[in-house]
Amino acid sequence: MNCRSEVLEVSVEGRQVDEAMLALLHTILLHRSTGKFLYKKEGTYSIGTVGTQDVDCDFIDFTLVRVSSDELDRVIRKAVAEFKDALGNSGSDGMGQISLEFYQKKKSRWPFSDECIPWEVWSIKVNVVNLANEQERQICREKVGEKLGEKVINIVEVINRHEYLPKMPTQSEVDNVFDTSLKDVQPYLYKITYQITDSLGTSVSTTMRRLIKDTLAL
Amino acid sequence: MDSDLSPQDKKDLDKFIKFFALKTVQVIVQARLGEKINTCSSSSPTGSDWFNLAIKDIPEVTHEAKKALAGQLPGIGRSMCVEISLKTSEGDSMELETWCLEMNEKCDKDIKVSYTVYNRLSLLLKSLLAITRVTPAYKLSRKQGHDYVILYRIYFGDVQLTGLGEGFQTVRVGIVGTPIGTITLSCAYRTNLALMSSRYALHLPVCKCWAINCFELHNHNLYATCVCCFDLTEVAKYVSLPNQMVVPGKEGGVPQVPAQPTHGTAAEHGRIPSCPTGQSPQPAPPTSCSSEVKTVSPSDALETTFTRKVGAFVNKATTQVTTTSLDLPFAAFAPRAYDLQENDPMVHPPPSPAPSSPLQGSLHSNTSSHSGGLPQDDFVMVDFKPAFSKDDLLPMDLGTFYKEFQNPPQLASLSIDVSVQSMAEDLDSLPEKLAIYEKNIDEFDAFVDTLQ
Repeated sequence: MNCRSEVLEVSVEGRQVDEAMLALLHTILLHRSTGKFLYKKEGTYSIGTVGTQDVDCDFIDFTLVRVSSDELDRVIRKAVAEFKDALGNSGSDGMGQISLEFYQKKKSRWPFSDECIPWEVWSIKVNVVNLANEQERQICREKVGEKLGEKVINIVEVINRHEYLPKMPTQSEVDNVFDTSLKDVQPYLYKITYQITDSLGTSVSTTMRRLIKDTLAL
Repeated sequence: MDSDLSPQDKKDLDKFIKFFALKTVQVIVQARLGEKINTCSSSSPTGSDWFNLAIKDIPEVTHEAKKALAGQLPGIGRSMCVEISLKTSEGDSMELETWCLEMNEKCDKDIKVSYTVYNRLSLLLKSLLAITRVTPAYKLSRKQGHDYVILYRIYFGDVQLTGLGEGFQTVRVGIVGTPIGTITLSCAYRTNLALMSSRYALHLPVCKCWAINCFELHNHNLYATCVCCFDLTEVAKYVSLPNQMVVPGKEGGVPQVPAQPTHGTAAEHGRIPSCPTGQSPQPAPPTSCSSEVKTVSPSDALETTFTRKVGAFVNKATTQVTTTSLDLPFAAFAPRAYDLQENDPMVHPPPSPAPSSPLQGSLHSNTSSHSGGLPQDDFVMVDFKPAFSKDDLLPMDLGTFYKEFQNPPQLASLSIDVSVQSMAEDLDSLPEKLAIYEKNIDEFDAFVDTLQ
């Protein structure tokens, strides 16, 4: 099975990095989250309800829609904050990439660890620009808002191609497909990674950060 | 050709399409109410949470949608449309976007209705939630209030996009294949919303006196001359950007958030029009759905009316300025009407070789020195409107008075020749005057007593 890969690129000012990343990551996760599965007898299950929340950005003329889950929001914000810190500390020209990867776990026999097979990867390339004055910042607010709107349309277009999605799992297999750790929603298993590019365009540091609790070790 | 579809599947599919249509309308209308939407996730579903999404049902909206559908379902040749328009407090209206739920003939026979179609419709609703916050009408709807409101209209039948003006854009939200056809959801939105299509970089006047004499427009940049030194200073620089939207009168700030604004606007504006012909099964285009809604002909340039803003303590201007939106920055500063221009001494100065006022003369010399020999007809002379003055065009209003009497002639008594002459006369007549005053001394004393 081939992994679907999509790349989005944005240029933002330093203080817009958090909100721009949150906007795009939450838009993707909105489409890749379901309600909690509630298993009943005889192998049937019901699916919980997903609520949504509008969030106005402070530094961008944009309103993002996210899944109503404070837990999920905290996880994503933490990842974005780490990415932003890495961008700031790298001393580079402010270029980096944050990736949201959806994967399935394939159980292996002992002593081998489970395999993580990605089926969809979203890469968001960020270019941080410095602006000289308030007037430029005001223009940037609006332009970045428009750009994010275009990216949301791109994301929706890809999702609505209805290409590969993992099959609905049985109760015993649900943790191989979905992240069941949250109490209110159930996204597909995902991980967020990032890398910072130096001024030469090469990847200096590749920081892998696993945000999923269940990494099985030998 | 749905003979392959089992009766149960057909029944389920019809139900899914019906509720999908109703939820689509709810999402669109709620996204245009002007407030942020917030619903809760729940691990235990309730019966009304169609498509596993928490989308509230506003009863009036459901009622309007059901009325438009009139027991039918969106199908091939029968589209359900939600039209969003803007209506100003002056009664002018403009269509902003049209959301279309359509079906084409491309069938997917193998798809599982109760599972795949249902989940894909859920995905499509999530996409709709995201896209409704991205089209230009969203920002306008968040700022609605005193100056304008956002209205919706649901109709069934043929899609009408002519009211969106020239150059409208279309965004496809998504498609879902079903055994009886492919459902498509899209939005066509107006792009020439710009009432002022430019942006201006403002500069503070250089001179500290802050007293502006008059404004001049040259090459879309605005200049002002100062009273004390007549320096020509750039006040605003034209920086054009595409597709900026500035609605007259509303410059951000906290928007008004009525609890049920669509209900309120229905009451206030008579009725949110819904298509009367939607009830007929023929796909005839709805005609007189709304007499209140003015549609802009695509061939006309967009005309806008806005009220001139006035300073504090100034009587509200009763006249309105109408201008085309086609790139006349600061149109409000241009002469308002041709007949006024003819009589305006500032635009057509008297033909005497000397300038009609010292002020105008120095202005012209100033402009030639500062602007490096630019042709005079590029400048648009604007009436000086001092603060705290009445905004009626009296022949001798404050501005004209100020200009004319800015350099008054010297007092005769202050001229040297005259003063010398009168001094001599005064000295000669002094003894005479003193004699008179002594004679009337009683009168003077009595006067002084009355003052005490």
